Amino acid sequence: MSTAVIPVEAKPRTTYLNAGQTLKSWLLTLDHKRIGILYLISVTFFFLVGGIYATLIRLELLTPQGDLVSAQTYNKLFTQHGITMVFFFLIPSIPAVFGNFLLPIMIGAKDVAFPRLNLLSWYVFMTGALFASYAMFAGGVDTGWTFYPPYSTNYANTYVIATGLGIFIAGFSSILTGLNFIVTIHTMRAPGMTWFRLPLFVWAQYATSLIQILGTPVLAITLLLVALERTVGIGIFDPRLGGDPVLFQHLFWFYSHPAVYIMVLPSMGVVSEIIATFSRKPIFGYKFVAFSSLAIAIVGFLVWGHHLFTSSQSVYAGMLFSLLSYAVAIPSAIKVFNWTATLYRGSISYDAPMLYALGFIGLFLIGGLTGLFLAALGLDVHVHDTYFVVAHFHYIMVGGALLAYLGAMHYWWPKMTGRLYPEGWARFAALVVFVGFNLTFFPQFILGYLGMPRRYYTYAPEFQLLHVLSTAGASILAVGFILPAIYLLWSLKKGPIAPADPWLATGLEWRTSSPPPPENFERTPIVTWNAYEFRPQEEAEVIGGGKPDASSLTGE
Amino acid sequence: MSEHIVPKKTYYAVFGALMALTAITVFVARFDLPWILNIVVALTIAVTKATLVVLYFMHVRYSSRLTQVVVVAGIFWLVIMLVLTASDYVTRGLLAPVVSISAQ
Ligand SMILES: [Cu+2]
Repeated sequence: MSTAVIPVEAKPRTTYLNAGQTLKSWLLTLDHKRIGILYLISVTFFFLVGGIYATLIRLELLTPQGDLVSAQTYNKLFTQHGITMVFFFLIPSIPAVFGNFLLPIMIGAKDVAFPRLNLLSWYVFMTGALFASYAMFAGGVDTGWTFYPPYSTNYANTYVIATGLGIFIAGFSSILTGLNFIVTIHTMRAPGMTWFRLPLFVWAQYATSLIQILGTPVLAITLLLVALERTVGIGIFDPRLGGDPVLFQHLFWFYSHPAVYIMVLPSMGVVSEIIATFSRKPIFGYKFVAFSSLAIAIVGFLVWGHHLFTSSQSVYAGMLFSLLSYAVAIPSAIKVFNWTATLYRGSISYDAPMLYALGFIGLFLIGGLTGLFLAALGLDVHVHDTYFVVAHFHYIMVGGALLAYLGAMHYWWPKMTGRLYPEGWARFAALVVFVGFNLTFFPQFILGYLGMPRRYYTYAPEFQLLHVLSTAGASILAVGFILPAIYLLWSLKKGPIAPADPWLATGLEWRTSSPPPPENFERTPIVTWNAYEFRPQEEAEVIGGGKPDASSLTGE
Repeated sequence: MSEHIVPKKTYYAVFGALMALTAITVFVARFDLPWILNIVVALTIAVTKATLVVLYFMHVRYSSRLTQVVVVAGIFWLVIMLVLTASDYVTRGLLAPVVSISAQ
């Protein structure tokens, strides 16, 4: 933007990327940006693994007979798909990658509050992943990602304990990240960066961190109990020993329902950033959007019983959980309405990140509203454990969380790498993802409503057309993932050099250079403006690094 | 916080209280109390002891308000888990006739 003003330097600027070139400088780094990149590589790898499982599942379902894999193998495929995608991709994806990279920069800090703990969290994550991968190669697990007893405790003869241990360990990395972010937001904000000047992404990360800290220990203990039940039969879940298998479902969903918000709250934060930037307007009702994140985090803990409507849970508890589940729709709706109000009369441009953000709003809306179908006590009896549920949560997790992840990847790619990607290809890929996604998962709503149960590898012939559509959609979706992989990697070497603020956005991350220097800012920024305070372009340039005074902030 | 120095006397007093409560637990265990009093007594003593440990040995009493909020939030979340789970268990019997039909 302001390249004409800045004199060309002979020596290349020191950035976090060229500050150390050795493998050791990456593996022992304490820089939150590099740790974000380490996570980026790791979770992208697990997304690929989970995607291979999904491909095999969709191929098997192309025909009504079981022709590609055996029933037992199919059970392992959907289990591994769920575990890999949930625990090793979706949960760490946005917080550990973009949260790590951006959160300190967005609040004007040099790093997170506990850099060593941050590095430890990555190693803990990789250790957990190692256990889960061992279990996968040794033969996998076939309980479903939910590990319901009595099957998981008494009958399954697959690698339940090794996989559970992997998730148990990886959970601690999630707790460490959450803890780090909360302390960072409380103690490391730059002068003038008051709570209500924080970007909404930071608010969303704060709410997510609360869930990570308060929920994850319960999952860890629950998996430990399954392991103890399997090995020494302590009788927590086995009725013959005085236990109760439904207790497992209570404990498991106490974490795993809020875990949905670990995936989708950061995504909502990303969408808020993108919508503001590409409408060139402050987010409508900033405080409502900020507090709705906290409301979702808290109310999200009160609704888990909607997974137990058909599991012999008391009808009265069912009524209570049904009502509370409806309540959680309110803060979600506040966000959707406020984004729409932000778009209204905005100066909208349809760059690739914006396409993903708009896709998120539409798909999250469908995913959220079908959630209300499932929260209705009577209707849930009909669609429980059918493809309706599968379609619903894929609309939230793929249509919501994954689209936001891709949107974030495009939006902050110039900042992270210092390169621009080819915009035309990126817009095309975003459309391919949107079309492929809907073709994959919309037919599954119909399948489920017609009675196709989930987790079956054969089905009645009349379901075939819808399954073929779904598999065809999955192929298109795969193309939509491969395209960005190609052009983003291409842009690393060949892409045009990115300016500090390619989108004319407002956050502090756009007021430092691309890629940022190791210490983020050369001197601590002093914040005198609100979040999303757009200025005339000339004025924005001055702050972006035009005048010598301001440029010392950016490290140029 | 670290600037506050707790006199040794306080630690000894808390330790004494913990020991005394332990002794009471052992003593009460010798009697089979009516109704659900066995559990009520045991849990009351346990909660009292845990509170003493958190307040004095873990210094929460002398910590900042923020730290205290964090501790209370953690306990509150445990209460959420227990109460809502109990909302299932304590109301299951209320539909006894229906349950017995569906069980056959
Ligand atoms: Cu749920």
